[in-house]
Amino acid sequence: MDQKNRDSPYLPNYLTEGFTLRSWLTTNDHKRIAILYMVAITAFFFLGGAAATLMRLELATPAGDVVSAETYNKLFTIHGVVMVWFFLIPSIPAVLGNFLVPLMIGARDMAFPRLNLTSWYIYVLGGIFTVAALIAGGVDTGWTFYTPYSTTFSNSNVILVIVGVFITGFSSILTGLNIIVTVHKLRAPGLTWFRLPLFIWANYATSLILLLATPVLAMTLTLVALERLLHIGIFDPALGGDPLLFQHLFWFYSHPAVYIMVLPAMGVASEIIPCFARRPVFGYRFMAYAILGIASIGFLVWGHHMFVSGQSMYAGMVFSMLSFMVAIPSAIKVFNWTATLYKGSITFSAPMLYALGFVGLFLIGGLTGLFLASLALDVHLTDTYFVIAHFHYIMVGGSVMAYLGAIHFWWPKISGRMYPEIMGRIAALTIFFGFNLTFFPQYLLGWLGMPRRYHEYPPEFTLLNLFSSAGAAVLAVGYLLPLCYLSWSLFFGRRAGANPWGATGLEWQTSSPPPPHNFEHEPHVTRMPYDYQPVR
Amino acid sequence: MKFLFLPAASDIAQRVDLLFYTLVALTGMVAIAIITLMIVFCVRYRAGAQVDRRNPPVGLRWLEYGWTFTPLVIFLAIFCWAAVVYAHFYAPAPGAMTVFVVGKQWMWKAEHANGRREIDELHLPLGQPVRLVLSTEDVIHSFYVPAFRIKQDAVPGRYTTISFTPTREGEYWLHCAEYCGTDHARMGGRVVVMAPAAFATWLERGNSNASLAALGFELFRRKGCSGCHAAGSTVHAPDLAGVYGRVVHLQDGRTLVADEGYLRDSILLPKKDVVAGYAPIMPSFQGQLDEGELAALITYLKENRGPEK
Amino acid sequence: MTTSPFDSALERREASLLGMWAFLATELMFFGPLFFGYVHARIAQGDAFVAGSHHMHIVLGTLNTAILMTSSLTMALAVRAARDTRPVRTWLALTALLGLVFLGIKASEWLMELGEAANASGGEARFYFLYYAMTGLHAVHLTIGLGVLAWLWVHARRFSAAYHMPVEVTGLYWHFVDIVWVFLYPMFYLLERYR
Repeated sequence: MDQKNRDSPYLPNYLTEGFTLRSWLTTNDHKRIAILYMVAITAFFFLGGAAATLMRLELATPAGDVVSAETYNKLFTIHGVVMVWFFLIPSIPAVLGNFLVPLMIGARDMAFPRLNLTSWYIYVLGGIFTVAALIAGGVDTGWTFYTPYSTTFSNSNVILVIVGVFITGFSSILTGLNIIVTVHKLRAPGLTWFRLPLFIWANYATSLILLLATPVLAMTLTLVALERLLHIGIFDPALGGDPLLFQHLFWFYSHPAVYIMVLPAMGVASEIIPCFARRPVFGYRFMAYAILGIASIGFLVWGHHMFVSGQSMYAGMVFSMLSFMVAIPSAIKVFNWTATLYKGSITFSAPMLYALGFVGLFLIGGLTGLFLASLALDVHLTDTYFVIAHFHYIMVGGSVMAYLGAIHFWWPKISGRMYPEIMGRIAALTIFFGFNLTFFPQYLLGWLGMPRRYHEYPPEFTLLNLFSSAGAAVLAVGYLLPLCYLSWSLFFGRRAGANPWGATGLEWQTSSPPPPHNFEHEPHVTRMPYDYQPVR
Repeated sequence: MKFLFLPAASDIAQRVDLLFYTLVALTGMVAIAIITLMIVFCVRYRAGAQVDRRNPPVGLRWLEYGWTFTPLVIFLAIFCWAAVVYAHFYAPAPGAMTVFVVGKQWMWKAEHANGRREIDELHLPLGQPVRLVLSTEDVIHSFYVPAFRIKQDAVPGRYTTISFTPTREGEYWLHCAEYCGTDHARMGGRVVVMAPAAFATWLERGNSNASLAALGFELFRRKGCSGCHAAGSTVHAPDLAGVYGRVVHLQDGRTLVADEGYLRDSILLPKKDVVAGYAPIMPSFQGQLDEGELAALITYLKENRGPEK
Repeated sequence: MTTSPFDSALERREASLLGMWAFLATELMFFGPLFFGYVHARIAQGDAFVAGSHHMHIVLGTLNTAILMTSSLTMALAVRAARDTRPVRTWLALTALLGLVFLGIKASEWLMELGEAANASGGEARFYFLYYAMTGLHAVHLTIGLGVLAWLWVHARRFSAAYHMPVEVTGLYWHFVDIVWVFLYPMFYLLERYR
C-alpha cells in the first residue's frame, strides 16, 4: 500500500481492492465495471466529437472545400453511429446505472455480476469492429443505413460496421436484463416499488426498451448484411424487395432507442433537483407513471420518421396522433421539475446547473417535436436542419448535460474526491452557451429549407452556419474542461465524505468511495424517497 | 433580413405557414412561461432568501390532471389541423397537370405531357394545379422545394405523388432531401414559375420530342402490347381503353382504382395484381423500359379513353 | 473476488428464472422481424408461398415436429428428476439425442431443397429465403441448446432438490426453441395442404 492510503482514515474501498490492470479487467464488481464503461464511452465521445468538429469546420463556409463529399458523408455516418450506439445508449445506464442501481436499492451487486463484465467485453468487441471499419476507409450510408443505398449501391465498409453495431447491441440487451432482474429481486427490505428513487424507475423502464427493441435492430441489420452479401431481395426492389420494409423495421427499434437515450437523463434530473432544492420531488407517482408511459407509447410512434416516405397517408395520421400522445408524459415531467423548485431552498452547484439546463433545453427540444409530429409541417421540415436541431436539443442539450450533471453529482461517491466547484460551474455555463449557439440557428436553417447531410449549401445560409460552427468551437472547449479537471481531481481533489451534498438515497449512506460489497450492514428502508427536511 | 425569409409560393405553403407560426407562438409562449417560472422560483427560493417555505406541496391532484388534459386537448387540435392540411398534398385538384419526375444519382429529370424534358429544372405555370408523379432509377431520393413547402420521397419500385398549385412567380430552390450517396448535396436545381402565357411559349419552344402520349402510343405498338390488348387480338387480355381511373376487380377478390402505380405494376410485375377472369400470362417488361418510356406508356393509357360513343 | 449479490439460494433461483424469461423475451423480438417479414411477404405473394410449401417434405417435417416435442417431454422429465434429486443424465442425453436427430433430418431437408431454392424467383425465392433464414436461426438456437445440455450432463452430479436451477433455466430455453418450431412448422409445411 502506498503512503497516501496508509495515512488515509478511510476504509478499504472498491478502488483499493486491487491495483493491477488484471484486477480491473477480471473484476465482477459492478462499480469497477461502471468505470470500465466510463473510460470506453469517453473515448468514443471524443471520436464522435472529432467527426463533428470536422463537419462543422466544413459547414462554416458554403463551399465544400475542407473535405471531399465522400469524406463528409463518412464523417456524418461515423458521428451518428458512434454517438448513438457507443456513447449515448450506454452512457447513463451502463456507467451510472451499473454503479448506482445496486447501491440505490441496498444490494451488494447486480444480479448477474459475471454477465455484467461479459457485457462490457461485448461492447468493446463491437467497438473494435466499428473502429476497424473506420480505419478500413469508413462507411457512407448514414447511421440509418437506408436501403437500397446500403444494400446495393454503397461501396464502403457497411458489413464491418453492421457487425460492430450488432455485437454491441448484445451488450445493451444484457445490461438491460441485468438491471431488470436486479430491481425486481435485490431490493433491500422495506424498499417497495413506490419508495424507489426515480433514477431506478427511469433505468428500469429504459431496460425494458433495451431488452425488447434492440433485438429487432439486430435482426434488421443482419438482413441488410445478408442482402448485401447474397443479393437476396428483401429490401432492394430491383431484387424483389421493399425499401419501406427496411424503414419500418429500422425505426421500430430506433424510435424507442431515443427513449433509451433520454429516460435515464430524466431519472438523473429527478435525483439532482430535489437535492439542490432541498425538497421532495413534486408528483412522485405521476413522475413514475410518466416514465412508464413514455416507454410504452414510445413503441407505437416509429412511423413519424416516414411521413413522406411513400407510406399511406392514413398510416401517417395514426402515427402522428400517437406521437402527440407520447409528448404528454414528457410535458408532465417538465411541469413537475419546475414545481419541485417551488418553496425549495435552491443552491446552484454544478450538478444543479446541468440539471436545470437539462430541463430548459429538453423543454425546447420537446416543443419542437410537436412541429415534427404535425403532418403538414413535417413535410417541409423532415430531412432538414430543423430535425437535426430538434434531436440535438434532446440528445445533447438533454442527455449529455444530464450525463455530465450525473458525473459531477456522483463524482464524490465514485472517486472519493470533490471536483473543483468553480470549474464545474464554468464548464456547465460554457457548455450551455456553446450548445445554444451551435444548435438554435439550425432550427432557422431547417425552416429556411437547408437539407441535412449536405456538405455544401446555398450561400444565403452562410451566416447561420457560421454562428453554428462558432458555437461548436465553444462547445468543444466546454467538453474538454471536465475531462481536465475531473482527471485532476482524482489526484488533487479534496477528499469527500460519505454524503457531501446531504442527499437522500441509500448510495449516500455508505462511504465515498464505497467498500467492495457496498454496505457494512444491509439497509432497511422505512422512508419515502426525497424526504428532505424543509428549510426555514 | 433576406437571409431569414422564405417565400410562400404555393397554395399549400400559405396554409403550412399559418400552422407553423401559430405553433411558434404557442410553443414560444409555453417555453417562455415555463423558463420564466423556473427563473422566478430560482431567484425567489434561492438558499438564504427569507421567504415562506412552509409546507411545500408534493402533489396536487387537480393541477396534475389539469396539466395532463389541457395539453392533450391542445395537441389533438393541432394534430387535426395538420392532418387536414396534409391530406391536401395527396388530393390533386381536378384538371391538375401531371408532370413525371425521375430522380437518379445525382440529377432530377422532368418530363412534361407534351414531351418537353428538363434536367435539374422544373418550369411550371402560375395558378395551375400540378401533380408530380415521382420515381427513381436507383436509390431513394426526395424532391424538396422549400418555397412550396412540399417534399416527397422518390422510392425505387413504385410511384409516389404530391400535389400543389404554384401561386407566385419566381425561381425557387429544388433540393434532394434524402441522402443518396456522394453528390447528394449537389443534386438539386431550381423550379421556375412563369405566367401561363410565358409558360405555354416555353413549353412549345425547344421541344423536339413528340408528346408523351404519342410516344406512348408508339411504344404500345412497338413493344407488342397491342398484340394482346388490341381489340382484334386472339389473346384474352383486358381492353385498356379508359382503364385509368376505373375500378378494377382482382382475382383474389380485392378491388382497386387503376392509377399510375397500378399501371406501372401491371407492366413491370404483371403477376402482382391479376384482373379477375384472366390468366396470369402477361410477361414482365422489367428491364426493357426505362422510367421515361414507362411514363410515356402510362400517359398514353391515361389519355386513351377509347372510341367516341 | 465475487461477492454473491444474493441472500439465499431461493433468491438466486428466482432471479435466474426471471433472467431467463427476460432473455426469452429478447429472443422473441429477435425472431420477430422474420415473422413480420413472413406475414408481409405472404400477404403480397400468397400463391407463391403455397407453391413453395407444397415442395416441402411434409413427412420429414411432421416427424421432426414429433421429435422436438418429445424432446421437450424428456427435458421436462430431466427438470423433474433434478428437482427430486434423481439422476438426470439419462433424460438430458435423450433430449440431446432427439435434438441431434432433429438437426440431422433438418440438414438433409436443406440439402434436398437447395436445388429448388437456387432456381426459384420472385415470391417463391422469398419463401425459400425465409424458410432457410427462420429454420436456420432456429437450428442455431437448438445447437446452442445442445451445448448447454452437454454442460449440464458433465456437471449433473451437482443437481439436487436444493440446487437444480441450471436445469430449470435450460428447460425454459429448450421449451422456447420447441415453441418457435411449433409456429414454423405450419408456416412452412402446412400451407393449403387440403388442396
